[in-house]
Amino acid sequence: MPTEKEGSPTVALNRTAVERKSDLELVVTRRFNAPAHIVFEAWSNPELFKRWWVPKSAGLTLLSCDMDVRTGGTYRLVFRHPMSDQPMAFFGTYQDVTPNERIVWTNEESDQGAVTTVTFEENAGETLVTLHERYPTKAALDEALAGSAEALPEQFAQLDELLTSRS
Amino acid sequence: MQATHAPFTVNHMVHYQTRLDATFAALSDVTRRGVLEQLGGSNASITDLAQRFHMTLTGMKKHVSILEQAGLVTTEKVGRVRTCKLGPSRLEEEAAWIEQHRQLWSTRFDALDELVEHLKCKEKADAHRKRR
Repeated sequence: MPTEKEGSPTVALNRTAVERKSDLELVVTRRFNAPAHIVFEAWSNPELFKRWWVPKSAGLTLLSCDMDVRTGGTYRLVFRHPMSDQPMAFFGTYQDVTPNERIVWTNEESDQGAVTTVTFEENAGETLVTLHERYPTKAALDEALAGSAEALPEQFAQLDELLTSRS
Repeated sequence: MQATHAPFTVNHMVHYQTRLDATFAALSDVTRRGVLEQLGGSNASITDLAQRFHMTLTGMKKHVSILEQAGLVTTEKVGRVRTCKLGPSRLEEEAAWIEQHRQLWSTRFDALDELVEHLKCKEKADAHRKRR
């Protein structure tokens, strides 16, 4: 992670970086000011997970969230989107879970789903979260990128709304 | 677990894939790469380009047309002269996608940050209570 000299340390701490490592791989990094066991807890406890995973502004309602975060366990998230009559299900398997260190899961709703590895590295009370997505094809990664790009204008509009209603 | 993976992105994708294929096909020719390099320096007419690359006007028109279909070059006819210039870059488009993907994760991780902060405070308070 590059050191950022400009700005306050908090700004550097909260910076989310995304890098396309290859045609198939995308890497997202972010540092958190908390020990790894807390970040892992927020990631592996469904009650906590659903409080942050779905951006409030995405327009998606999480209908159910089942997660059995252990090696060989499965997850299933069901969403409703206002643009779609049918609920959307996202599901897969946890291929490898090492508490407080790493979680590896698959996306199995299509054969183009990514294998995601998230690692938690604790250093001096801080945790570096590295999320590595590996797609089976270049087209699948491109589609994931285009998908998030299309979802965002709506997300921003709703974020604006939320911020306005709060102020 | 891509919560924001919208179901209506397939068309967009097919579009993008076709354009990428066109881009790579356009870049596979040494003359066309030379033309792009030339246009990176300054705009030029098809006549200029034909002279510079020692080609017939028809030959150059064909190359420019392939570059134009790939979106790498745009042309504009003023009077009898067709001027060529560089088109919007695909790399810029990809950079914009990466940035939007970053903003999605940033939104998500900001929420996680807030929650983690809350859990940390709670853990400290619990430990404090136990000690007393």
